Amino acid sequence: MSTLEEVQTRVHVSLVQPRLPRQAPTIVGVIALSFGALLLVLGVGVVSATVLGALAFLLVLPAWSLAIEGRRGATDRLMTGLIWTAFAIAVVPLVSLIWRVVSKGAERVDGVFLSYSFFKTQIDQPVGVYHAIIGTLLITLGAAVISVPVGVMAAIYLIEYGKGNKLAKAITFLVDVMTGIPSIVAGLFAFALFTLIFGPAYVSGIGGSVALSLLMIPIVVRATEEMLLLVPDDLREASYALGTPKWKTIVRIVLPTALGGILTGITLAVSRVIGETAPLLLIAGATDRTNMNLFDGAMTTLPVLIYGQNLRGDAPAEAIAWGAAFILIVIVMVLNLVARIIGKIFSPKKG
Amino acid sequence: MAKSIDISDVNIYYGDFLAVEGVNMTIRAGAVTAFIGPSGCGKSTFLRSLNRMHEVIPGARVEGKIVVDGQDLYDPGVDPVAVRRQVGMVFQRPNPFPTMSIYDNVLAGLKLNAGKMKKSAADEVVERSLRGANLWNEVKDRLNKPGMGLSGGQQQRLCIARAIAVEPQVLLMDEPCSALDPISTSAIEDLIHELKNDFTIVIVTHNMQQAARVSDDTGFFNLKATGEPGHLVEFNPTKKMFANPDDPATEAYISGRFG
Repeated sequence: MSTLEEVQTRVHVSLVQPRLPRQAPTIVGVIALSFGALLLVLGVGVVSATVLGALAFLLVLPAWSLAIEGRRGATDRLMTGLIWTAFAIAVVPLVSLIWRVVSKGAERVDGVFLSYSFFKTQIDQPVGVYHAIIGTLLITLGAAVISVPVGVMAAIYLIEYGKGNKLAKAITFLVDVMTGIPSIVAGLFAFALFTLIFGPAYVSGIGGSVALSLLMIPIVVRATEEMLLLVPDDLREASYALGTPKWKTIVRIVLPTALGGILTGITLAVSRVIGETAPLLLIAGATDRTNMNLFDGAMTTLPVLIYGQNLRGDAPAEAIAWGAAFILIVIVMVLNLVARIIGKIFSPKKG
Repeated sequence: MAKSIDISDVNIYYGDFLAVEGVNMTIRAGAVTAFIGPSGCGKSTFLRSLNRMHEVIPGARVEGKIVVDGQDLYDPGVDPVAVRRQVGMVFQRPNPFPTMSIYDNVLAGLKLNAGKMKKSAADEVVERSLRGANLWNEVKDRLNKPGMGLSGGQQQRLCIARAIAVEPQVLLMDEPCSALDPISTSAIEDLIHELKNDFTIVIVTHNMQQAARVSDDTGFFNLKATGEPGHLVEFNPTKKMFANPDDPATEAYISGRFG
């Protein structure tokens, strides 16, 4: 009888263990917050108060947990806290940047700002950034027109034709290297190229497009490669089995299946280069007038305009710079939204 | 429209590796021929060599003669694309084109190869092919819905409709029912019975009962030993194969005493 009881007590494992109350993180959070607030009142700086408050949270909750839940629970609480902290550190600059740009830039933006250039025909004429918006859109469009065909076709070669051969490996390596090219080097390349062809002191928007396309092509190649790899070989085989030639299989089956992802990749590449300043300063120059011709004369883009206004440093110029930054961010956000919508529309549907 | 296939001394390689060795057989026109055998013995590889799908894999090649309608498929002057228009294929997993509707899936072969066609002619082909694949009644009200929205068995019948829409002479099926439930399987087996009037059908299957149910002739493939190439052990009418096979290895495999 006694042995039986012994066995039973050994076998029985309790599933109930002491746990902190559910609101424990909230309670500790409130304590840490009030601790931080107290420090603020005592005259400690905002940054130090925030850091000390977060530290207090990270110490108190695991310590409490260690006392009640044991080691495993305490480690869990500590790691959860650290991950949330890392997330906050990553998000704070982003939110603060958008907040700053919107709060400082939005008020400067109105119809006049959007529809006038810097070029004055009368002394009291208002100024706007119309010329820079046009410049940004045209130069980026030019870059996209150059890099999308090159990038997409290069990716098609790499995935569909060159699978694993030496040329494909070399191209993949070079594309990886190109991804890391500093933008100023791309600008110098375009500058040197156009100086060689057209002589010294040549500036034009298309030069900027060439420089930006150098930065865009590797991104487009990478994105397209990834999407083409996602297209199952089953579909290619199904198409071959119907007696479809390889090129037609690629054009009619593989590309449409991957189209959503490719378009998203292209749009992301565009939003990546739309904010470039350095290469455009070199080759596209800067002007106060609205220039609609990519192939002749200087063109100002929004980033170059922001840079120039910032250099001047007086209050009206700074307001214009903030307004231009706001417009640039709106353009990038719209592009991203458009990319998502396009991706949704063209992705293969079910049902 | 159905054609017979004469195969003599076919060896199939992946690079330097000999996968299937010394196959000789005649696949009768307008009949169903089944290939059975253990996994990895080269049935699917051999099936894919019948419409030159084999060479889609880099390094794969075929020696020997495969003659359809008096023409050797592996003659240097033969265009593999032209071969595949005559010898269609249905795969193990249903693979309708995800960007296309049911209607466009059926027409895919014709549209990709022949370009534009009249709406009335296209409608006619779609209805005939879907009726041929026993799918018409289930999908006639939603022809413009995506092909991916159908059930697995319906998708496989859609793939069969797509394959027969280009009117090949031979239809190859690589384990067409292995991803399907018994009811869908039965629907496809009924379909195979109907299709053999118009097409020469070659089917690879792991299901012995299926081979016995649907085929007129059966070929048994096996490996001589692990690491050795696969070969054709026996090729006979299905009735004889399942009742009184020539080779003891065939009987052992069919009756479940493998080895």
